[in-house]
Amino acid sequence: MNGVHDMGGMDGFGKVEAEENEPPFHETWEGRVLAMQRAMGYAGAWHIDDSRYAQETLPARTYLAVSYYQRWELAMEKNLLLRGYVTEAELKAGHALGPTKPLPRKLSVETVQAGMTRNSFFRQQQGPARFKPGDRVRTRNINPLTHTRLPRYARDKVGTVELIHGCHAYPDSVATDRGDDPQWLYTVVFDGREIWGPDTDPTLTISIDAFEPYLEPA
Amino acid sequence: MADHDHDHGSELSETQLRVRALETILTEKGYIDPAALDAIVETYETKVGPRNGALVVAKAWTDPAFRQALLKDATAAVGTLGYVSPVGDHLVAVENTPQRHNMIVCTLCSCYPWEMLGLPPVWYKSAPYRSRAVKDPRGVLDDFGVKLAKETEIRVWDSTAETRFLVLPMRPAGTEEWSEERLADLVTRDSMIGTGLALTPAGIAK
Repeated sequence: MNGVHDMGGMDGFGKVEAEENEPPFHETWEGRVLAMQRAMGYAGAWHIDDSRYAQETLPARTYLAVSYYQRWELAMEKNLLLRGYVTEAELKAGHALGPTKPLPRKLSVETVQAGMTRNSFFRQQQGPARFKPGDRVRTRNINPLTHTRLPRYARDKVGTVELIHGCHAYPDSVATDRGDDPQWLYTVVFDGREIWGPDTDPTLTISIDAFEPYLEPA
Repeated sequence: MADHDHDHGSELSETQLRVRALETILTEKGYIDPAALDAIVETYETKVGPRNGALVVAKAWTDPAFRQALLKDATAAVGTLGYVSPVGDHLVAVENTPQRHNMIVCTLCSCYPWEMLGLPPVWYKSAPYRSRAVKDPRGVLDDFGVKLAKETEIRVWDSTAETRFLVLPMRPAGTEEWSEERLADLVTRDSMIGTGLALTPAGIAK
């Protein structure tokens, strides 16, 4: 979807301001949000793509106004409601009121390390890779209303395949509850001028990681 | 700060209550164990940080075979180091050279090599960085006080899938005799994102 989360190339957000000696969390609740997200992910309540999609579908004004971990919290509430793990009444009451929906597993102190190690996104290939390093490709001009990982600035652009990362779960499918639909994943590199026009710094190249359905031969 | 989130008193307490309520509900329903949450928070606060990445970079600076292995398959190479916790699949290391400077961003969300660098800083997840890194990386570097030669090629890697990128910064001059431990002190978090360079011996003395 063409949401405000797709920020690459937007102007007007100002300077990047780094904080000296930034702590891991600025408020205690931020750590709780992150940990709850990890725990629910480990439990198998939803996928990482579902979390991203839930954030993207927050009202644009909310997405921009709230802090990072507030966004996570709001997205978590959305997934909990959407998938039937909690009810509106429970969120309102601040307590469990009804039955529990079974989950495959539960994160414990003993399994914390496993809960913090990233999953593998490699999946069984469904066929041979269509492209190889060095191939010229054009990204598709797609504007789905649902989750995609092809940023707007890189659509309908000609680039070169640089790396093949194997076959991965396809976020566009996972986030719409249609399963992994494994796809080949490539790093595709573009000349900065192809993306931003002829006045662009000629030393700039930009790459994205593109799933095969985003690409066609150039 | 770009994301104004730490100074709204009333808004904060509302969020605090909301998060507390959520944790209560999830605990009562049996989905989560608060003790496991404590352990996660503690790990991020005390154990996971850029030192992991710095040790990997220092090893690559001193051991050509490891450097080569790292650039070929970073997940596997990091897995061979007993003193760095193993990383999940899909880690890719990219090397800075006098000709080319690499910078990492996630324009769509906040993808970041957590296992190597710890939690991403607020600026990395903020709109200013996510919007500008792909369009005006030299301007972003300027915000960080970093100036590159005009002819240096800049490559921006947008982390749009589950691949995670780690920049292998250039080794500073005058460190030929240094041990890995000592070299690791020169490797800043930002130098592994590409918004900074490794410290120089003079820089670390400050």
